[in-house]
Amino acid sequence: MREDRGRVLSSLMAKFRNFDQAEEALQEALASAFTHWTRNGLPSNPAAWLHTAASRKAIDRLRKARRDEGLSQDIGLLSQGDVASESHGVTDQRLSLIFTCCHPALEPKSSIALTLRTLGGLTTTEIANAFLDAETTLGQRLCRAKAKIAQAGIPFRVPEPQDWDERLNSVLKVIYLIFNEGYCASSGATSVRVDLCEEAIYLARMIETLRPDEPEVLGVLALMLFAHARYRARIAGAGVVPLEAQDHLLWDQGKLKEAEACLDRALTLGKTGPYQIQAAIMALHSQAAARDWGQILMLYDALITFDANPVIRLNRAVALAEAGFLELALQELTALEGALTMYQPYFAAKADLLRKAGHEAAAQTAYAQAIGLARNAADVAWLQRQKSAAT
Amino acid sequence: MFANLTLESYKTMQFALMISETHEGFEDRNNARAGEYWGGWMAYSRAIAESGIFAGGAGLELPSTATRVVFDGASKTVQDGPFPDARELLGGFFVIEVDSLDDAIAWAKRCPITKGGTVEVRPVLPPPPQAD
Repeated sequence: MREDRGRVLSSLMAKFRNFDQAEEALQEALASAFTHWTRNGLPSNPAAWLHTAASRKAIDRLRKARRDEGLSQDIGLLSQGDVASESHGVTDQRLSLIFTCCHPALEPKSSIALTLRTLGGLTTTEIANAFLDAETTLGQRLCRAKAKIAQAGIPFRVPEPQDWDERLNSVLKVIYLIFNEGYCASSGATSVRVDLCEEAIYLARMIETLRPDEPEVLGVLALMLFAHARYRARIAGAGVVPLEAQDHLLWDQGKLKEAEACLDRALTLGKTGPYQIQAAIMALHSQAAARDWGQILMLYDALITFDANPVIRLNRAVALAEAGFLELALQELTALEGALTMYQPYFAAKADLLRKAGHEAAAQTAYAQAIGLARNAADVAWLQRQKSAAT
Repeated sequence: MFANLTLESYKTMQFALMISETHEGFEDRNNARAGEYWGGWMAYSRAIAESGIFAGGAGLELPSTATRVVFDGASKTVQDGPFPDARELLGGFFVIEVDSLDDAIAWAKRCPITKGGTVEVRPVLPPPPQAD
């Protein structure tokens, strides 16, 4: 249903070029489908049925609006399209829809909400809950985003080849933000929100189906599958269980295999990118055998050529320490302190490295700072235990 | 209202490209790099004209030539200079007529800005309805 809804909505968007109209018409069509289908049984092609019904409702509304404004009834173009679509069924415009929702002219939070609303399977209430927004706030955010799309001239189409990489990157960024919000739930008692992780994976799969052989799409999909495969093991304790303490039997082997297959396919396409490198790092982390930190470090060195943001540098520093360069790693952490003063994992990593280097007092301070910045109860519990163990 | 929106979205739109430059950028108008600076903007203006999308615009004299009129309550004070303490200042603007924001962004990206700056892209209001 999620898939049909997205397909029908995207097709209506392509036709009417207006979010509100497309959504209202689909809503009405869904309401009448309920009565029709309980009375007459399910049509042979529910998506086509919905599309036709919604198109008719939208055209009726347009006619009425034009009549009310005293305008001519000339909407022949749209009506013709309607006849054509009845014979051809729905045209799948989900790719255009996601590129519109994730246009860089929209703020990321709006893109996230809009993408989940139009292409995902979450209701407005569920999206609001997931992002700890009041439902009215989210409603306003969606409203503003739709108004901006209409008024700022954001087109409803797949980007031109010269813009493709940049625009695809915005789409993947939005998808990965959704995943991360699920994976590191920003508050509450649980530290993973499976529904958001699965929405993000669904969206990446959708793009992969609509436009196969995009190495970075496969890369982000592999990256998320690797991470998601371990979620049961990750939440099996009182807090978040870190990788080195996880029970490998709880890893989802099916997802790990799929992730590896995606990554392998991406790498054969011969165009490396940051998501593929991160997925490759995850692949090395997902081996039950001892991890090859030398190789992980090399991948981080490659990743930094694409994106030298402080969080990636922090992860590289951890790899540096694990690969045997503890002093270098501590120097790098000192250099990063200014950029990551509010970042809990920075202090957690610093505490671990200080402890390994035998600086117990400094490690205690860093653990305390990490606990102060932790965003959910599970993280606090884990850090408390680490801190006690370090004395 | 949405009847209009629907049909108008098939038409072209006008966008203003408001070009702000840094102080270093403005310096290039009158130093050893002036030839390059003006050459870049001449070529850009020509490209816009030749594409048939030009709908208006002007380059502006240096920010130091600006005068501002400040409205505060009922008083209107005349002061020297552009907005104070701004890192970037308006250097000129174009109005172009294209299909979508994506096309306008593509043109904004072609601006020959080399010393930092910003191009704000904004749709132009449609003309007010004509009295019959």
